[in-house]
Amino acid sequence: MTRMSMVKALNSGIRLAMERDPKVLVMGEDVGRLGGVFRVTEGLQKDFGSGRVMDTPLAESAIVGTAVGLTFRGFRPVVEIQFDGFVYPAYDQIVSQVAKLHFRSRGSVRMPIVIRIPYGGGIGAVEHHSESPEAQFAMTAGLKVVSCADPQDAHWMIQQAIASDDPVVFMEPKRRYWETGEVDTDAEPLPLWSSRIVRPGQDATLITYGPMVKTCLASATAAEADGLDLEVIDLRTLSPLDLAPVVESVRRTGHAVVVHEAARTLGLGAEIAARITEECFYSLESPVQRVTGYDMPYPPSRAEDEFLPGLDRILDAVDRARAY
Amino acid sequence: MNPLTERSGTTDIPLVQLLTPDGRRVPHPEYAFDGDRADVEALYRDLVMTRRVDTEAFALQRHGELGLWAPALGQEAAQVGSARAMRPHDFAFPTYRDHGVAWCRGVDPSLLLGVYRGSELGGWDPADHQLALPNIIIGAQTLHATGYGMGLTLEGLVGTGDPDRDSAVIAYFGDGATSQGDVSEALDWAAVYQAPVVFFCENNHYAISAPVTTQTHVPIAQRASGFGLPAVRVDGNDVLACLAVTEQALQRARDGQGPTLIEAVTYRMGAHTTSDDPSRYRESAEVEEWRAKDPVDRVRLLLEAEGSPPEFFAALQAEADALGVHLRDACGRIPDPDLAELFDHVFVDKTVENQQQQADCTAWRDATEGSVA
Repeated sequence: MTRMSMVKALNSGIRLAMERDPKVLVMGEDVGRLGGVFRVTEGLQKDFGSGRVMDTPLAESAIVGTAVGLTFRGFRPVVEIQFDGFVYPAYDQIVSQVAKLHFRSRGSVRMPIVIRIPYGGGIGAVEHHSESPEAQFAMTAGLKVVSCADPQDAHWMIQQAIASDDPVVFMEPKRRYWETGEVDTDAEPLPLWSSRIVRPGQDATLITYGPMVKTCLASATAAEADGLDLEVIDLRTLSPLDLAPVVESVRRTGHAVVVHEAARTLGLGAEIAARITEECFYSLESPVQRVTGYDMPYPPSRAEDEFLPGLDRILDAVDRARAY
Repeated sequence: MNPLTERSGTTDIPLVQLLTPDGRRVPHPEYAFDGDRADVEALYRDLVMTRRVDTEAFALQRHGELGLWAPALGQEAAQVGSARAMRPHDFAFPTYRDHGVAWCRGVDPSLLLGVYRGSELGGWDPADHQLALPNIIIGAQTLHATGYGMGLTLEGLVGTGDPDRDSAVIAYFGDGATSQGDVSEALDWAAVYQAPVVFFCENNHYAISAPVTTQTHVPIAQRASGFGLPAVRVDGNDVLACLAVTEQALQRARDGQGPTLIEAVTYRMGAHTTSDDPSRYRESAEVEEWRAKDPVDRVRLLLEAEGSPPEFFAALQAEADALGVHLRDACGRIPDPDLAELFDHVFVDKTVENQQQQADCTAWRDATEGSVA
């Protein structure tokens, strides 16, 4: 076991993947000499050369579009989109090309591309640097979407994503980048396409992912004082969803609260609530609650504490569910 | 040479220069600055005040009053020279670094602080200053400028010969932006529609850590010919030259002769933002080389040689100091954003969902006032 930050864990995971497979490439703005604005790729260009760790021109559509072309030569590009709000110039390439080429070619073409996106708020950033666009990719057939929540998962999930022959949008919760945790670099990792109970409990189920896992765990700890025993599930994979643990949990607890930073309408919570209703209808003792960002463009950062789900709003939702 | 890993440097195209780094006026066959000493003093004031805005904002960030700042340090002449070439009814679409442009368009510099404090996403009504809100999405505003120019043409505000009527627009962007598809599309469209646009590229040599040679294999000005635009490369640290070339390009645009690309060759003396550490990717010798070409110093040298009295410089210093006081004072008084109030601005016609969430937001705040840690 080694204690490290999520940044370091991602870095070590990418490094291992590059050592394992010479066809793995890193591309993006400032990822080489600078090591990325968050230092996730620090030292990789020095060790693997500027052919495998490319400082690209400032053009997100080109970063993803050329990654598509590189796959035709057998490369496995790991591309970095510098911030969540900068991904949209690449949206066309991601949705119209990356997501569709395997399908169009009836399986003869593979798109083993990882699109890394530091996402989410809570860091006091300026506009376009705090967004949560995961649902916009999760709703796109042909893309897989995952989000890590701690260094252990970051270390393993990035390697699994790079090993995937399907394209993976890899959402990195940037507000958790600098938090450290134990990383077991030897243990057999949890499969990528599986969600996980991170805290067992029996009174209600909190369903979340990415940056909100820590917030939900803190909420569960706070709820203990009121004699409430909350279960917390980290979805990890957002597309495909692995809802078996969620269904099992909600059938036990009877209450489900979905938590994410992204806006409420048509966010992941909408799909999860629908699936819980389908699978747990006779076990539900209250409607599925959602604690999310509001339906507005991300606000100025001085309003983000009020905009983002926090401990009090989460526990209030639990109370509302249990009082229903 | 491995083209994936190495790139050739940009070749030299002559720069238009009217004022040397040591403060000497030099003639140019096509461009001239025909103002008098008072005009130069006015430009010098713009440069000094722009730099003061930058210095104060940087200090405010270091004191925790701002979350971030993107310094314009070193680019003052490009911004001031080009913006002072505009007439009041012209329009401009700036980037997040164009503080000198905002100054010249009459924006109270304290309004620049809100975005960087995390209190605002804008700062002013574009119509009040004929200046769009600064764009963080790299290059996006070049298309907005092109559309604005197309609108001027459609409205008959181009090529009438009436100086009070004919209008043009400036699109500001950097060297990094030239890699974005939006910028190539803007250059193409502006040429196709012969839109009255001046594309003013502040080539400050860096997009965060990426040198301009990462962005382009040829000088940026050379791009224009492929789209069918004339281009000019100007010393971006020479306020007189920037003013002269932009005036001519704006007049061409107003006259209905179409768009121009100006590449102002300058240098980002500071970090990309206060979050950046440029020592990781560039040599201090390079920075020192550009410090010797400072855009403000050379105008001071010129004015001293041309006889501006010490009182002029002293008065300007006092004015800059007063601006500093104003900025520090105003920064502390910028109100925090009111999340519930922000629902009023999502749509012109507020949706039922927005009304409901606004009510929820307000009710939650009322219920938890004082109790939230």
